[in-house]
Amino acid sequence: MCLLERLGVGAALLAVALATATAAMAADNRQFGKPVTPADIAAWDISIGPDGTGLPPGKGTVAQGETVYAAKCQACHGEKGAGGPNDRLVGGAGTIAPDKAPVKTVGSYWPYATTLFDYVRRAMPWDRPKSLSDEEVYAVAAYVLYLNGVIGADALLDAQSLPKVKMPNREGFTAFPRWPPK
Amino acid sequence: MGRKRKDAWLAEPAAGNGILSRRIFLERALIAGAAGVGAGTSVASAEPLAVPRWSKEPGGNFTAYGQPSHYEDKVARTWAAPNNPATPGIGSSRTPHHLLDGTITPSGLHYERSHAGVPDIDPEQHRLLIHGLVRQPLVFSLEDLSRYPRVSRIAFLECAGNSGALYTAQAQPLNVQAIHGLLSCSDWTGVKLSTLLDEAGIDARAKWVLAEGADAAGMSRSFPLAKALDDALVCLYQNGERVRPANGYPLRLLLPGFEGNMNVKWLRRLKLTDAPIMTKDETSKYTILLKEDKAWQFVFPIEVKSIITRPSPGLTLKGPGFYEISGLAWSGNGRIRQVEVSADGGQSFAPAALQEPILPKALTRFRAAWQWNGGPAVLQSRATDDTGMVQPSRAQFVAERGLRGNYHYNAVASWKIDQAGEASNVFA
Repeated sequence: MCLLERLGVGAALLAVALATATAAMAADNRQFGKPVTPADIAAWDISIGPDGTGLPPGKGTVAQGETVYAAKCQACHGEKGAGGPNDRLVGGAGTIAPDKAPVKTVGSYWPYATTLFDYVRRAMPWDRPKSLSDEEVYAVAAYVLYLNGVIGADALLDAQSLPKVKMPNREGFTAFPRWPPK
Repeated sequence: MGRKRKDAWLAEPAAGNGILSRRIFLERALIAGAAGVGAGTSVASAEPLAVPRWSKEPGGNFTAYGQPSHYEDKVARTWAAPNNPATPGIGSSRTPHHLLDGTITPSGLHYERSHAGVPDIDPEQHRLLIHGLVRQPLVFSLEDLSRYPRVSRIAFLECAGNSGALYTAQAQPLNVQAIHGLLSCSDWTGVKLSTLLDEAGIDARAKWVLAEGADAAGMSRSFPLAKALDDALVCLYQNGERVRPANGYPLRLLLPGFEGNMNVKWLRRLKLTDAPIMTKDETSKYTILLKEDKAWQFVFPIEVKSIITRPSPGLTLKGPGFYEISGLAWSGNGRIRQVEVSADGGQSFAPAALQEPILPKALTRFRAAWQWNGGPAVLQSRATDDTGMVQPSRAQFVAERGLRGNYHYNAVASWKIDQAGEASNVFA
């Protein structure tokens, strides 16, 4: 009885001591980030790598993209991706050549088709960014690439086909010679 | 009589067309020197002194947040009208360097650059996510971030497109603000990015970091992990107060010395990756198209550069005599070692005086003494940084890359002074 009582008191003391130590360790913790699960990151994890990493399910055709473009893009980018008033998306083929006045468009200058999906989904249309469905983004990307002669009129874009699109200016970039510094 | 004055060197030009020795600033000799070189200039007497109204009545009350004198309302940022009035938040506003001195840019005059306007972010709801190739993805509130030890450093920011107006065959009639105004310098305070990445645990495969803003454009850029571990900060404060909305409130990335666009504002996400994401702003923009059909990609540091802010267009010289030539020099690769100034279009240069402190990856103020004879002059400055890199002449610059680059223009710039004392942008 007496022994049991003593044991009980000892356990209580031990519990107090443990709790104090834990609190002290927490107080000494200089890490304030909160763990988050991949599922809880999904809405923010929108970057698409050039190998297609991050592309969502879904698909879109050139014909569907023409409809999306007319409704949501044409007011700023002009009919068939040219004519402004905002950035020209189509044309300029051959103007990156030496001594030409460059007309930089998706077709003439952009090295990766994945960038088009990434950018349209995050930033367009300008007044309603992140409002297009993934299907609409695939479709309008297909339409812009079609207008540039990069893919055919019957092409379908999805997570498998988009990264395989070979952009005309894919080899048009080179590393800056003074980086990293010597 | 006949004895040579001890300070006669003050009147001796250090370079052609009236550039004097910088020693004029270092010793107590400006008056003697100016008297020596200013011989023959008549000095009018001052008006009799009256006691003004503000010395005879009480002034205004305290204010909650002070503003400059209303007499200074022309000291303001300027911007070009948007191509499309329906998309007004695309573009930039510029710092009026011809009306400022020192090296710290007032926060309200820091240049602005946005792709979809300035977001109105509630700091209580803002979060920073660190994920990708890390042991444990982490989310930080501003309160969380405020718990870490802070560091401060003074650093310039320069838009990669600054001075892009000089990428033309003919010089345009623009002033220092319109040409070089996408440049500012602040005292930034925040948390070392390396501290936060260490807490998340960096995977050995990680080589790059994607930084993304919470603005409507979701502006995003990839930068080397090595930079994150070197001197990158996530900044909460600018010039002692919370970062201004146009500069990234409530949280911005600072990559000292790297082109402005990479210093992502409204920072909400950092993703560690093994390769660059190839975002819109590191492929279709911010790449330097050369004379040949290749473009430089991933041009990170702003290379050594300087500009003369005074005299400059709009600041008319009031007749021949003594003038201080003043300007700014900077390098994204280190400290400024030397600035040289010319008044004869680069035929001869003399060293300018550098104002302390000379900090790495920060603006440095330089000053040179000039005795203007009233004739035509072309003013230039040429900076050298502590890596030994010398600011290129325009001819050298154009020979290396041509005029199709749009970004990172850092060649020696020229102001022509005409006989009326007016300054204008020229190529020399």
